[in-house]
Amino acid sequence: MALVLKNLTKVVRGVTHIKPTSLTLKKGHFNVLLGETGAGKTSLIKMMAGIDPVADGRLLMEGTDITDLSTQKRRISLVHQFFVNYPHMTVFDNIASPLRVAGMAKSEIEGRVGEAADILKLGPMLHRRPHELSGGQQQRCALARAIAKDSQAVFLDEPLANLDYKLREELREMLPELFAGRGAVVVYATSEPEEALLLGGETALMVDGQVAQFGPTAEIYRAPASLTAAQVFSDPPINHATVQKTGGQFRLGDVKWDAGAKAAGLADGRYTVAIRPNHVLPFATDAARTALVGRVGVTELSGSESSAHFEFGDNGWVSLAHGTHPYRLGEDHTFYMNTDACLYFAADGSRAA
Amino acid sequence: MKTENQKAWFFVLPVLLLVAFNALIPMMTVVNYSVQETFGDNLFFWEGLGWFEQILRSDRFHAALGRQFMFTALILIIEVPLGIAIALSMPRKGFWVPVCLVLMALPMLIPWNVVGAMWNIFALPDIGLLGYFLNHVLGINYDMTQDPVAAWVTIITMDVWHWTSLVVLLAYAGLVSIPDAYYQAAKIDGASNWSVFRFIQLPKMKNVLTIAILLRFMDSFNIYTEPFVLTGGGPGNSTTLLSIDLVKIALGQFDLGPAAAMSLIYFAITLLVSWLFYTLMTKDDLN
Repeated sequence: MALVLKNLTKVVRGVTHIKPTSLTLKKGHFNVLLGETGAGKTSLIKMMAGIDPVADGRLLMEGTDITDLSTQKRRISLVHQFFVNYPHMTVFDNIASPLRVAGMAKSEIEGRVGEAADILKLGPMLHRRPHELSGGQQQRCALARAIAKDSQAVFLDEPLANLDYKLREELREMLPELFAGRGAVVVYATSEPEEALLLGGETALMVDGQVAQFGPTAEIYRAPASLTAAQVFSDPPINHATVQKTGGQFRLGDVKWDAGAKAAGLADGRYTVAIRPNHVLPFATDAARTALVGRVGVTELSGSESSAHFEFGDNGWVSLAHGTHPYRLGEDHTFYMNTDACLYFAADGSRAA
Repeated sequence: MKTENQKAWFFVLPVLLLVAFNALIPMMTVVNYSVQETFGDNLFFWEGLGWFEQILRSDRFHAALGRQFMFTALILIIEVPLGIAIALSMPRKGFWVPVCLVLMALPMLIPWNVVGAMWNIFALPDIGLLGYFLNHVLGINYDMTQDPVAAWVTIITMDVWHWTSLVVLLAYAGLVSIPDAYYQAAKIDGASNWSVFRFIQLPKMKNVLTIAILLRFMDSFNIYTEPFVLTGGGPGNSTTLLSIDLVKIALGQFDLGPAAAMSLIYFAITLLVSWLFYTLMTKDDLN
């Protein structure tokens, strides 16, 4: 039982915005759409919700074709990045509105609204108007409306993007249990790789209006199928450079390392190596042994982690490590790369090893 | 110690003068006439509240007041729903928006006496386009100079033609201020077009509609020029609305005392109804 997209395509005035997309979005876990702004996450959601017209392809809900079904009849919920509540209604009426429209009995409406309000801690605010709430409360109200309704699919389009850091953390922790056991397909769009990892489930990486890769979130993080997928699913940006394989060794400028078990079978030639910043450290460890020397440009300290941007070869690289480290800006520093964590891509961008 | 002075009062003075000459002094003149009897030559005799009593007991006043309420009720019943319906069916964006707005505004730009004259000629049974069409093409016996029903149909139609646009434009302004996000949210809630109208569009239009109804009430309740030019209050007294009757008493019969008393009663009714309506419509917004 799932929401199935078969070659779903969106065309606006002759320009293809969403290339034919096929996905099977299942129940019971989060289906994350991860991509940068403009990658087509919202467009895809709007098509699934029936708000925007579908140029081609089919959409199936639990095996039933709903491509031509109007939004009103789809039994779905949608929470936006900006907080959408009816301004002239109280929080109670806002949460109750889809239930009233569905013609539910008054006692059941009260029960459901009460339950949703309890989960989202909106109990004391039920008789206020949306403009009397804080941003976090407004978004909780929108979420309560989504869970109170008996939906087959819930679309969350960057619901936490406009909230401040603390609230975002708090609500993000709430989200999985909020939708657990409700029997709805949950689709969550985000531009933050970290969010996708925290929510787990399955992730579709979106690039330029198409899905670059789809699968269990942890798996596609560990094993991106293409350089593009690796780039989308990495923050800070993944380091990459062109390398030459000769015999059992890779060479990047003056740096050489052994191909290791997984890349040993590759034919000699040029490849692109990509390595996540957390595998490039400012100190040597048992795993990170390959030394790179680069001039440090910018350093950032974020809580317990510090990152350093340095110039290496023709590219800018990033190192991300726990603790604080004594970088001197504008001077050379030696970083150590864990070559076991290197990903190799062929000339066409597909994963080689 | 802080010095206090009363100079700030001078800032209020211009407004005070304006209001005095614009409203208070003319009105006090009317009050002056309403409690006295005059035979010209600036000779006045105290009458007390006699004229008020006479007007309030007069069948003629009751009849005119009844006609006035009927006229206002009829045009409100027609113009408000019709205006909302037209506003709902107008495009919200694109090339046709300015075209529609200009077309809607046109009737309101025509001077009131011209509107009356236009409809008078338009409705004449033998030479008017409408009158000729009804009588000689459709075979309906229509003559607003003879038949009270025809006269009423004509003045109501004229007012609807002239003033529905006001409701349309105000309702439209309320509608375009609704962000697309609410329509989307309503669609996702599964709301029918009726629910969208009832729970989103109507509440959003409430404030502008209150103003629209208030303006239409006051304007229609005080209407004079158009029906005067169109029917002159006839046939008989069938379309003699309050203001027409008032002018007949004041200028036709030169009964200045009763006319002044009637003006004040007329004014009090307009004020009372407007105040009641506005207070009732906006009382929810206060809490």
